[in-house]
Amino acid sequence: MKPRHKRFVLVGAGVAGLALSAGLVLSAFQKNLVFFYTPTQVAANEAPVGKSFRIGGLVEKGSVKREADGVSVKFVVTDTAKSIPVVYRGILPDLFKEGKGVVTQGKIGPDGTFSADEVLAKHDENYMPPAAQDALNQATAKKAAESMAVAEKGK
Amino acid sequence: MSKKGRFSWYYFSSPQSFYPLAGTLQPWFAALAAVLCAVGLYISFFVAPTDAQQGESYRIIFIHVPAAWMSMFLYLVMGFWSGVGLVLNTRLSSMVATALAPTGALFTFIALWTGALWGKPTWGTWWVWDARLTSELILLFLYIGFMALQAAIDDQRRADKAGAVLALVGVINIPIIYFSVKWWSTLHQGASVSMTSAPTMAKTMLLGMLIMALGFWMYSIAATLARVRCVILERERHTDWVAAEIGGQT
Amino acid sequence: MNWGSWQNFFAMGGYGLYVWGSYAVTLIVLIAEIVALTTRRRGVIAQLAKYYAARRRNDETKT
Repeated sequence: MKPRHKRFVLVGAGVAGLALSAGLVLSAFQKNLVFFYTPTQVAANEAPVGKSFRIGGLVEKGSVKREADGVSVKFVVTDTAKSIPVVYRGILPDLFKEGKGVVTQGKIGPDGTFSADEVLAKHDENYMPPAAQDALNQATAKKAAESMAVAEKGK
Repeated sequence: MSKKGRFSWYYFSSPQSFYPLAGTLQPWFAALAAVLCAVGLYISFFVAPTDAQQGESYRIIFIHVPAAWMSMFLYLVMGFWSGVGLVLNTRLSSMVATALAPTGALFTFIALWTGALWGKPTWGTWWVWDARLTSELILLFLYIGFMALQAAIDDQRRADKAGAVLALVGVINIPIIYFSVKWWSTLHQGASVSMTSAPTMAKTMLLGMLIMALGFWMYSIAATLARVRCVILERERHTDWVAAEIGGQT
Repeated sequence: MNWGSWQNFFAMGGYGLYVWGSYAVTLIVLIAEIVALTTRRRGVIAQLAKYYAARRRNDETKT
């Protein structure tokens, strides 16, 4: 390759790289700046209608039900104010748990049920050994019990 | 050191005097990097406990987060020296910026790669186009664009200028990466370690991560010093001192 | 952290492929950079030595 050709190729690669990144910025910032909608936003009709979108929230405790066929699962996504029932066929990520974060993509049906074709777990930024987690859970439970007792007394 | 025995920034801003200094310092940073990474890896695998949520898969954090930090930090340093080179027209600043880019690009790649291998078992996907992941990918393209642009222009001064402008424009991406998890809804979780609040990690986990980050930092300095020495030789080959250094005589 | 056995250590609680895949690629990338830097330095020095030798010969024939 002559130096002139080499330069041409390199400039081309540079321009292509810049165009590609600019394109990615634009598409990402237009579509995906809102990576997911909360159930409250969906209830307020902020989510796109008739199109596939993502909802995010917590998996409601006690809501996960596995169907008899073994691959279908039903659960409820909640942001504590509103909640949406979800049906999904497929493999769930390891961190999918009741009471934990979840982001799921799919469409909302006429009956208000969200049929998902992808379920992703959204975990928090806390890292601790299991013993510490147990202690923390117990402390939270104790605190809750105490505040309940106080509330009872106040009646 | 300067002739008067006083440390002078002006003295070391010339490639001729920086070259031997970089050569003296480089092995020390390399040795520090090796020791810190060895200690960091030991803590990461043998001292830090299992994570309650993620089990052993969380151990990827010990390279993922330090690599991501370095990818952003090195870009800021590259932008800084690019700016200094642009404003003060000092040759050495531009050479340092040039030498930083490949190491920065490698750490960006490592952050993306380890992120994918961490995302698959925990989130359930290798990749999503959320704001954090997308902006980190753009960082990789910025590094590659900087290197390609510099390589494409034959006139060294013009190459440095064009690269510096690109580097400075790209600096805007760094706060976008860092704050993306706060500003927008992302799949990526928030920061475990920040300047405004206490870290949300067990102490030994945090210790392992910080030591690995220090190790990567020292490695980056060592790699950059080694590369800047090559760049100096290449660009200053017409000077008498390089001829004396390599050819034995002028 | 006590792993009990090497087998447990390599299994990483079932996440071995992901954890070791991350660490292995990081190691490979860093070693590749070190090798590339060493090669580059050798190449630059060899090239410059040749360049100066040619220049010296040129000067000698001139004088």
